Amino acid sequence: MKEKIISIVEAHGSDASRLMDILLDVQTEFGCVSTDAVSLMATMLRISEVDIVQTLSFYHFFNTNAVGKYAVYMNNSVVSCMMGMKDVVDEFEKQTGVKFGNTTADGKIGLYYTACIGMNDQEPAALINGVVFNELNRQKVRDIVAGMKVGIPVQDMVAHYGDGNNANPLMKSMVHNNIRKAGAVVLADYTLGIGIAKALTSDAKSVINEMKESNLRGRGGAGFPTGMKWDFCSRETGVHYIICNADEGEPGTFKDRVLLTERAYMLFEGMTIGGFAIGAEEGILYLRHEYTYMKAYLENVLKDMRIKNFLGNNILGRGYNFDIRIQMGAGAYVCGEESALIESAEGKRGEPRNRPPFPVQKGYKGKPTVVNNVETFCSATRIIEKGAAWYNTLGTSESAGTKLLSISGDCKFPGVYEIEWGMSINAMLEMVGGENVQAVQVAGPSGICLPPNQFHRKIALEDLPTGGSMIVIGQQRDILKDVVMNFMEFFADESCGSCVTCRSFNMILRNAIEKVVSGHAIKKDVENMQAWSEILRKTTRCGLGQTSSNPISTTIKNFPELYDARVKDVDYQSDFDMQKSVEASCEAVGRSSLIHELAKVNIN
Amino acid sequence: MSETIKFTIDGKECQGTKGQLLVDAAADNGVYIPILCHMRDLIPAGSCRMCTVKVNGRNMAACTTPAEEGMAIENNTPEFLDIRKAIVEMLFVEGNHFCPACEKSGNCDLQALGYKYQMMVPRFPYAFERREIDATTPKIFLERNRCIFCKRCVRVIKDEEGRSIFAFKGRGTTLEINIDRKLAATMTDEMAQKAMDICPVGCILKKEIGFVTPIGQRKYDTMPIGSDIENNHQ
Amino acid sequence: MSKPIIATTSLAGCFGCHMAILDIDARILQLIDLVEFNKSPIDDIKTFTKECDIGIIEGGCCNSENIHVLKEFRKHCKILISLGECAIMGGLPALRNGIDVKECIEEAYLNGPTVGKNTERILPNDEELPMILDKVYPCHEIVKIDYYLPGCPPKADLIWAAVVALVTGDELNIPYELIKFD
Repeated sequence: MKEKIISIVEAHGSDASRLMDILLDVQTEFGCVSTDAVSLMATMLRISEVDIVQTLSFYHFFNTNAVGKYAVYMNNSVVSCMMGMKDVVDEFEKQTGVKFGNTTADGKIGLYYTACIGMNDQEPAALINGVVFNELNRQKVRDIVAGMKVGIPVQDMVAHYGDGNNANPLMKSMVHNNIRKAGAVVLADYTLGIGIAKALTSDAKSVINEMKESNLRGRGGAGFPTGMKWDFCSRETGVHYIICNADEGEPGTFKDRVLLTERAYMLFEGMTIGGFAIGAEEGILYLRHEYTYMKAYLENVLKDMRIKNFLGNNILGRGYNFDIRIQMGAGAYVCGEESALIESAEGKRGEPRNRPPFPVQKGYKGKPTVVNNVETFCSATRIIEKGAAWYNTLGTSESAGTKLLSISGDCKFPGVYEIEWGMSINAMLEMVGGENVQAVQVAGPSGICLPPNQFHRKIALEDLPTGGSMIVIGQQRDILKDVVMNFMEFFADESCGSCVTCRSFNMILRNAIEKVVSGHAIKKDVENMQAWSEILRKTTRCGLGQTSSNPISTTIKNFPELYDARVKDVDYQSDFDMQKSVEASCEAVGRSSLIHELAKVNIN
Repeated sequence: MSETIKFTIDGKECQGTKGQLLVDAAADNGVYIPILCHMRDLIPAGSCRMCTVKVNGRNMAACTTPAEEGMAIENNTPEFLDIRKAIVEMLFVEGNHFCPACEKSGNCDLQALGYKYQMMVPRFPYAFERREIDATTPKIFLERNRCIFCKRCVRVIKDEEGRSIFAFKGRGTTLEINIDRKLAATMTDEMAQKAMDICPVGCILKKEIGFVTPIGQRKYDTMPIGSDIENNHQ
Repeated sequence: MSKPIIATTSLAGCFGCHMAILDIDARILQLIDLVEFNKSPIDDIKTFTKECDIGIIEGGCCNSENIHVLKEFRKHCKILISLGECAIMGGLPALRNGIDVKECIEEAYLNGPTVGKNTERILPNDEELPMILDKVYPCHEIVKIDYYLPGCPPKADLIWAAVVALVTGDELNIPYELIKFD
């Protein structure tokens, strides 16, 4: 073991800032990162063991103990539950004989839950040793477990490949693209090299101006003007970096998956254009761990682009040097926040940074850095190719261009749609075959739960902004139990924990909604939930905490009747259950826990 | 050359140096903005959120925001008094804070803020989560029940080579303060004392000595937290 | 007008809060002029004989009997006060919270270092004993509590000031020194 770890650490230049890669390689080699491995790495990297542990313990997919020769990570996000996760879970447990959260006694199969893996259009889905298994049902689970029991390699269990590049020999994935509607910008036909050639024959300033005039705003959800971001960054001196945020973790979003699969060249071209504009020579694609199955394919695209001189030294003979490396994530929603992503790319815990300074001033390794979303870079490529004026003919006055939507849930045609900004929710539902809709979760858990009387509203940054996640919720769903509770659980798990209010309030609010669902809450509890959501929003450091109470606050606002039906209008109510609370102690001492008659009378 | 700037806190005219952190600039002007994680001249953590103020209408942490000319800061408004009280209450229910049995009682910043805001009972339900105590290192006890994740020890206490002795472990609700047992074995008495002194609560305790100051003479027995700042500058 | 009636009890507490009540010293004579006591360890009245105005609760709830007594107090008192850390947050008995109750009981009666070597190691299971709860509950998680007086124990001056304010209806202004959690 020792020699192998030494060679892994050395392969990464014995550089502590590459700790993520080191840990991933060690885990791939040994199945987990043991205490001994930590000790050895600490010595080699000249940092303390606790500094390694703080990174190691932060990410969902790092393990200190073996998780099984086959590690099944079942998506337990809302849409997976809607599409029948319960049966799949039940079948996995039945076939393996262990409950989720455990590994079989022989160490062969481990069952775990994980947050949204970007497959909401083909749920229930799970990752097994990094390989995607979609549209699971009892029969498929039986086959998979049978295969695992006889030791078939996971990849060999993938019988059919999906469409497009999913079937590429380097991808060999069963994932479907589900592209339902191609628009004019990112999903229209694309030829490599037009944008970059145009950019390199002009100058950085002109590229930035073109971007500013295009009015392109960040497609991750926050909507910051891209040209302005590039401009700010370009004004800083010294080494610059450009990073693509391919960590789409907002439950319900999967559009970057499709772009990475079908528009990888366009993305890397956009990064190169951006790099040229801000003066960066190094770019990083931060790829979420769930998309590891694409890594070999993406590496090959980079290789191809180097061969064709779209990357590397003296690109297209214009004297510009630029290259891109892929940084894998390891499972942390908060790393979608740009400064947390930068911390993670530096090998640390994905804790969002305090601002100022902003990443465009001090980002990766303390240098000015632009972080943009996958869709943003793809759009940039097209904008440079066809011009800002053309781009502005699309969309609305305040939201130029098109937007990729990831639409899933209770609708006939889940998938990816490239629409022009400005489409109403009603029109969207018609497009996706959504009938008897109770609500639409716009922009994922951190967005809003929209009621039918607001379906006339427009998908646009000035009305309903979204990073693209749209979950259609049918009449048959119990919003508070099936949706809100699941979302709050998600946020409580995904908070980095560094700031008090986010760490603590998400837990408190999760428990509060559980109390409502269980029928123990009173009116005052709902008022409290609203007040506490407000405090969380006001005091927390990053976007996660600022929006994590939205599942609660937007449903209280838009669906008050759901709360009214569940809470009592009394002054006080205890959820204390005497019978339940004495059971454990009575069992321990060997006496009946039945509350005797005298006490029973007095309980109420 | 440092540039002098003017700003106001709750209407009071103040002066400071451009770029100085708001919380420090306020203190220099005799205005106490409550803090748990902040320490002057240390990289700000911005983690406790106690110092949240309104700057020109926007909510900001005063420990991470540089002072700028003309800023209008709201500090002691009813809104922020309630928010701060809520944060204190939250910390009290999140950890297991048994003040009567804590050596830091009377010298504890969290408790003192509870006094300042007259916390009679937290508005949130107690979590009563089990947290492990680490008494394995020679110089200190790590009483995790009381940790509020201020990161002071993480930022300050390093060994001779600059390596961390304290660090976070886990995330979200599983977050805990971790101690490097190998490096902690090399801690001197001075380092242990320093670690205990900077800990705003009773999480880090130096071994073999305790309860030195009698009740009545402790830091916050008669003087509310922040009164040193407020009294210093009439 | 008849005098307001006070009842007091100690649940999972150490009687320190009751000692603190007695700490008002000579003012106890004034107190007797102001109020009448009903069920309370102070006068040893065991059961409620009258409906009361103020119920003062020391201690949290660690067993089924505590729950029963607390509910009786809520039934018979117009106002309930949680007096001291244990009533407010469980206090030292709540140090066991978060630890499995079985583990606690076995530590106390079987495995602990203070269990005598020669005693017969048995777990108390008589049906007459109150049943141990899974954790120690603050009083306000069981019944509605109207006021809270912190301290371990609360200062006698705080108790005095609060009771007088409640009885006379005067405004309660508490000096900094009186609110302490230890």
